[in-house]
Amino acid sequence: MNRNHRRRYVSSGWLGVMYVLTVLALIPLGLVLWFTIAKGLPSVIHPQFFFNSELPPCEPSCPAVSDAGVGHAIAGTAIMVGIASLIAIPIGILSGIYLAEYGIARWASWVRLACDVLVGTPSIAIGLFVYAFLVVPFHHFSALSGAVALAILMLPIVARTTEGAVSLIPNGLRESGLALGLPRWRVSLQLILPAAAPGVITGALLSVARAGGETAPLLFTAFGAHILVLNPNAAMQALPMTVFRDALLPYKSLQAQAWGAALVLIILVLGINLVSRWILRRQIALAGQL
Amino acid sequence: MSVRAEARPIAAAVANRPRDGFRTAVGVVGSVVPALLVLIVLTLLQQAEPAIRQFGLKFLIETDWNPVTEAFGALPAIFGTVATAFVALALALPVGIAVAVILAEPGHTTIRGIVGTGIELLAAIPSVVYGIWALYVLAPWSYEHIEVPLSEHLTFVGWVGAPATRSLFNAALVLGVMVLPTLTAISRDVIKAVPRGMKENAVALGATWWETTWRVILPSARAGIFGATILALGRALGETIAVTMVIGNAYAIPQSIFQPAYTLASVIANEFTEATGTIYPAALIELGVVLILVTLVVNVIALLLVRSTAGEARLTA
Repeated sequence: MNRNHRRRYVSSGWLGVMYVLTVLALIPLGLVLWFTIAKGLPSVIHPQFFFNSELPPCEPSCPAVSDAGVGHAIAGTAIMVGIASLIAIPIGILSGIYLAEYGIARWASWVRLACDVLVGTPSIAIGLFVYAFLVVPFHHFSALSGAVALAILMLPIVARTTEGAVSLIPNGLRESGLALGLPRWRVSLQLILPAAAPGVITGALLSVARAGGETAPLLFTAFGAHILVLNPNAAMQALPMTVFRDALLPYKSLQAQAWGAALVLIILVLGINLVSRWILRRQIALAGQL
Repeated sequence: MSVRAEARPIAAAVANRPRDGFRTAVGVVGSVVPALLVLIVLTLLQQAEPAIRQFGLKFLIETDWNPVTEAFGALPAIFGTVATAFVALALALPVGIAVAVILAEPGHTTIRGIVGTGIELLAAIPSVVYGIWALYVLAPWSYEHIEVPLSEHLTFVGWVGAPATRSLFNAALVLGVMVLPTLTAISRDVIKAVPRGMKENAVALGATWWETTWRVILPSARAGIFGATILALGRALGETIAVTMVIGNAYAIPQSIFQPAYTLASVIANEFTEATGTIYPAALIELGVVLILVTLVVNVIALLLVRSTAGEARLTA
């Protein structure tokens, strides 16, 4: 066997190793999905799981069909993520427009760096910050402070994805708007932003998915509750907190609820992700036509 | 400036125009993020002040954590945080680079699309779902099939003894899975940014696929891959919930990586709502200060490294 043969075998060998490692990387995804579905499905198939609130653990013997549910946590997640979106999405979109349209300004590069750093900031630290800022002065935990913590997490994601989407729009559109005498704000908000809408929506959806799955910033802000709470000024439960707290308790009935809540969470988050990827693909096709 | 002006006429025209109201308005809104970042650091520093004043720099090297006697030291938590992050990276790095190399290859777009989507979905799974999965599936499996055999066969290595289901190693294992998407996405972009000509030259000289990848592509993407690794390190240091669920929450420097430990973020997550008095919460917030300052430095270094090589890589993924 001459040297060139050996080189070729070595090359194919390493290519094989890389393919094996790639398959290995996808195994955890399959396992997480499989076990969450297998262990969560028994809880989720009962419709009352989505409407009822938590029940005290019924050990050692539970009735076969439990009346417990995570309705209070679903409502809490919806309320908090909703409020957080109302805060973060408008600010994020305007920040993104600033970054895309005035991106060569020196301050803009600092803003960009700050966004990327904030994305990587531990969410638990953001929880501590909001605790000091909004919980201590009012002397009680509240869904509102939880929503603010989530908004801080969402903000840099919305800003950077908006920047990306707006930058995709060809300069020709911008120039034709300016040539027609439109002021800058009308060019940016009425011409460029609608053209970039699919990408901007993608960013907003991704940030919603991220916020919906966060536990750490809610621990000291929304705190959690065992019953349905609709008042945003009171402590409130969220789906990830149900998973976190119930999974660590020694009661089988609560563990089953935690798996059910994890399944609901994963369906929500992955659903949003797949939808937003589909929107993004359309945006790229659209930008190509412009 | 003149070079840029030719490349982006509209941008230069905008930059030379007098500042309009719209620019000021979006500039002010855009400043919310940097302002928040500064505010977060300052607020935490201010909240931690009683503990900083009482313990000084000794806080970083003391090993006690006793709310009753109010003796607080961060060393075990710092050790746990750094150790889990580094073990996680050691596990994830070879896999992450392999996936990035495969994804950056041309051709087979459908298969690569599926793999890429899979890896990105891995990033989308909430940390708490990783946590419950690691607690009930991964940790028991790893205990039985990795920890016990290794500790039995490697009795002469001190730091792999005394296996436990909830351990530093299992926390690192789940962390490794969680940082994989960060590692892969940025490494792939960096590898793709290597000029085509370099690869073509190597192939034209008769290099095999592996020789091209190992001697040409990876070395020229080195700085960017290093940046991606540091960015993943930042994520691993700050990850809270999944780690809290499997690390075992033992406030001591473990003798073996198969023993329970604690991280900065998990101490805060577990104890903050129960902390009473002045010094105890302040000490917990000081842990947060240590955590946020370390991740800030790590992130900034990583971002500068990645930017210098890949231009505008996607960092929000």
